[in-house]
Amino acid sequence: MSAFSAIVGQTVSASFRAGGGALTGLLFFLTVVSVFPFGVGPDLNLLSRIGPAVLWIGVLLSLLLGLDRLFGQDREDGALELIMVSGEPMAVYVFARACGYWLAHGLPIVLAAPVLGLILNLTPLALGAVTLTLLAGSPALAMIGAVGGALTAGLARGGMLAAILVLPLSVPVLIFGVAAVNGALADPDPFLAPFLILTAFTLFSSVLAPIAGAAALRLGLD
Amino acid sequence: MPSQDFFPAVHVAAEALACERGGRPIFHGVSFELSGGEVLAIVGPNGAGKSSLLRVVAGLLHPAGGQVRISAGDAEEGKLHFLAYGDGLRSVFTVEENLKLWSKLYGGAADAGSIHDALEEVGLAHAMHLAARALSTGQRRRAGLARLLLSRRPVWLLDEPTSGLDKDGEAILGAMMSAHLAAGGAILAATHLALPVPPTRTMELI
Amino acid sequence: MGAISSLANPTRFLSWSSRLLPIVSVLAAVTLAVGLYLALVASPADYQQGDSVRIMYVHVPASYLAMMCYVVMAAAALGTLVWRHPLADASARAAAPIGAAFTFLALFTGSVWGKPMWGTWWVWDARLTSVLVLFIMYLGLIALWRAFDDPTRGARVAAVLILVGFINIPIIKFSVDWWNTLHQPASIVRMDGPTIDPSMLWPLLVMIAAFTLVFLALHLAAIRAEIYRRRARTTEIMIAARPASTAARSVAASPAGVPPQAAG
Repeated sequence: MSAFSAIVGQTVSASFRAGGGALTGLLFFLTVVSVFPFGVGPDLNLLSRIGPAVLWIGVLLSLLLGLDRLFGQDREDGALELIMVSGEPMAVYVFARACGYWLAHGLPIVLAAPVLGLILNLTPLALGAVTLTLLAGSPALAMIGAVGGALTAGLARGGMLAAILVLPLSVPVLIFGVAAVNGALADPDPFLAPFLILTAFTLFSSVLAPIAGAAALRLGLD
Repeated sequence: MPSQDFFPAVHVAAEALACERGGRPIFHGVSFELSGGEVLAIVGPNGAGKSSLLRVVAGLLHPAGGQVRISAGDAEEGKLHFLAYGDGLRSVFTVEENLKLWSKLYGGAADAGSIHDALEEVGLAHAMHLAARALSTGQRRRAGLARLLLSRRPVWLLDEPTSGLDKDGEAILGAMMSAHLAAGGAILAATHLALPVPPTRTMELI
Repeated sequence: MGAISSLANPTRFLSWSSRLLPIVSVLAAVTLAVGLYLALVASPADYQQGDSVRIMYVHVPASYLAMMCYVVMAAAALGTLVWRHPLADASARAAAPIGAAFTFLALFTGSVWGKPMWGTWWVWDARLTSVLVLFIMYLGLIALWRAFDDPTRGARVAAVLILVGFINIPIIKFSVDWWNTLHQPASIVRMDGPTIDPSMLWPLLVMIAAFTLVFLALHLAAIRAEIYRRRARTTEIMIAARPASTAARSVAASPAGVPPQAAG
């Protein structure tokens, strides 16, 4: 447990120091969302209709930014070997890194989402729904991202490759995240069912991703 | 330095180890035994597989054949220390923060006092609160040695332990190795230089 | 020792596959010819769709193989991770481009078929969309393999991704179905609704058999190529390693310490 919290703490603290990507990720999120209206036009009705999806896609993209450093740095400086030799299960390490990544990169973005929702003309209900679904679903994105980071750790331009590998795997999370927001807004569509499925994705990926990531890291060292 | 208890019944046995990297056989049929209080030096030319052998023993590489058994009393996990080129120091963190993380992962002493004592022993106490990026190569090696002091583990796997160390550093390493052997620990060292402590046995890889 | 025993199986594979490959290739060609004749000439045109229904005879087998190929890869990935079998590595890696090609064929024929049926080249239909995601995953896998310069390590890491994808593909399919029913009120004419007439079923079954044989022939040939590629690589490494190690050994042996000239 102390090893777990130590790695989570180190991940969070490294993300906010020089060279850490947490603030860059947040800035990227702001930029992506505010660039959208330039593409689709300033029509507020249209923006409020696609707003939840824009915020979700913004979070999805922002969470890709730090993946190359998530395990790549440990791979380069020998920390990965030391962790393997320590006898601490690799899956615990991967889970701890992914949790730290979500806390440092995911949570600030999720908290910024309702603020940005204002410039997309979202109603208060929509703001609440987007924030709630992001809170429930973005951990799954961090977990899936961790698998991508583990698969490409130590590769040149691994971050770009990780993004390509992670995006198709993230499609279900995106679908149910946006579906739950729309369910909360438009009456005929359900909210609870997609929201529960979204939560299930988070729980499921929290189990599967550490196992897969640990296997990828171990095999990548071999 | 933490308590000077004696490590119980330390034994490392490798049987007919074979290793392959990227489709190329590196070595095969490597067997050795190592008990507490002994140093086994692995020597050989570049590319003979000294580091690979150490990594196989550490469990980092899957052997193409053979097996390694490591026993130390009734300890199940956490029997090994691994010191190699990669020191696992994050440059944005202080030396203390770095060592603290490794102590927690290795189940060692993580309080400031123990870390200070360990750094004192390797001659790095003055740099305890400095960011690791300020350290020179030799100082990074010494920080790695401090990691070994903080958590007591019976078997040390050292890959080129003297590289990057000056005369003083070598003396510190020698004192550490002697103390570890006296406490019943075992050392497996891959090196192409002379070790500060005369090895009990030497194995040559060709 | 390890190297020899692991080479033994690929060697046996090379010998039996060299005898099997011509037979499978001829069978595939004959079945494909018969199937194409049945599908394009002998079978009737659809009373609603006219001749464009004949695209089905390529589209359906291609879609089936797009998925089948992934199943083969998942089985091979298991072989790589559990038994570290070198033939499994080669099999998975050889299957990926073939799977990507069949997936592309399925997308392409689906799109061509969609034009007369839906009046547009692309519809975000649940099936087309899941197949598109599958296609991207195939390409991602190929990119991952290519990123590793050590094929053995690349194969093992890629095997993890194959298995993650294998668990994920049904989830993606389920999600896309949900997404589709949410966004597109059932207005699309689906082919699989009514029962298919035997005069069309038979040509379709023959085409499915033909495509499976084509896949088998391509896969065997690709595995052989992959094995040869690895042998070429190993040979290169061995040749590169030889002079250095001979030199090192002779230095160690010569008492005077005069380094002899490295051979070659």
